[in-house]
Amino acid sequence: MTAGPLTYVYAVARHSVALAQATHAVEGVTGSPVHLVPPARDSALVAVASPVPEDDFREAALRRHLEDLAWLEALARAHHHVVEATAAHSTVLPLRLATVYLDDDRVRAMLDDRHDLLLGTLEQLDGHVELGVKIYLDVASGTAPASAPAPDPTLSPGRAYLRHRRAEQDIRDAARQAAEEAAGRIEAIARTHAVQRARHRIQEGELATGPGTNVSNDAYLVPAAHADAFRIEATHATDGLTGVHVDVTGPWAPYSFATLPDPDEDAP
Amino acid sequence: MTDPIANRLGSLPSRSASPYNQPSSANLADILERVLDKGIVIAGDIQINLLDIELLTIKLRLLIASVDKAKEMGIDWWEHDPSLSSRAHAAPSLEEENRRLREQIEALRADAALPPVEEPEEGVAPRRTARPKRPATRPARGDA
Repeated sequence: MTAGPLTYVYAVARHSVALAQATHAVEGVTGSPVHLVPPARDSALVAVASPVPEDDFREAALRRHLEDLAWLEALARAHHHVVEATAAHSTVLPLRLATVYLDDDRVRAMLDDRHDLLLGTLEQLDGHVELGVKIYLDVASGTAPASAPAPDPTLSPGRAYLRHRRAEQDIRDAARQAAEEAAGRIEAIARTHAVQRARHRIQEGELATGPGTNVSNDAYLVPAAHADAFRIEATHATDGLTGVHVDVTGPWAPYSFATLPDPDEDAP
Repeated sequence: MTDPIANRLGSLPSRSASPYNQPSSANLADILERVLDKGIVIAGDIQINLLDIELLTIKLRLLIASVDKAKEMGIDWWEHDPSLSSRAHAAPSLEEENRRLREQIEALRADAALPPVEEPEEGVAPRRTARPKRPATRPARGDA
């Protein structure tokens, strides 16, 4: 068993002076300094990595920590921060959270083993960014819309209730139609600007903090030159529609599109 | 872990109180769905990343997607997971379930031995050896 720190890997990128300089200023998880791990053989690939304490990142400890949402949030934000900082200077392949090696030599071996796959994927993503587009219904399900008509006092309570429910339903249906219209517009915008789309799960749980009900959650791979146009047009996709709004996030590093051609199943 | 993860959602540290103090404008759900569910998957030396991350992702999906939705899809294993549900503690233990099943098997064996072993001649005598179907008590874990 090694006593020293383990190596946490955030991303793989091609080496550049700008990237090397950028990583010097970045703090990794647990505040550790970020460095680049070059491969053993002559190649342009590097891994963006930092030392992490063995006590926190050994199997058992890591498994326990990951169940702690506060710890997980800190790790996820730190991981994302490093990916974001390096993606500003270079195309990067973000690695799945908590990819940890015994030391830098093991990282080198990984870079060598998967050199061609990693390089090929980097080349495909070169010059692209990821943008997230979420569509929300403003009417939260289960709550009475403010614009619902006041109950007619001449109606019996039962009829008034039913009529009220009907009115609520109508408003929701209208908002759904508006959302479909917005989705259609975004698809048209994507056809002009984006090269790929990835669907994410709709955000509905307690972590979904946005106002309204999320009805679609997509990521688009967009050439960097089109990112501003895509963002502006997507932001306006709900213009003239009532009951829906759109949330555009990014640019992100291409998380949703960074996948190696072959499923990686072999353990080292 | 006796504390369901959902119980701690209300006490999330604010960004500035995070131990690593990393500023980021992105919201947590957007980050988690990317860093946990996306990105390059390479097996590291610390063997946590594949199975455990997947399990964790499923748990977080339940926070990001609603529990009701998961139930609609027939996913309810967290009710058996002690780290996620206090109800799991009330569920019968494996030993208990084994004991019950053994008793049932014994009862069935005794039952089956009662009628004479001869073949039914008219072909109407009901066979007693058919096993009662026991509903599956929990879906497969990796099913989500």
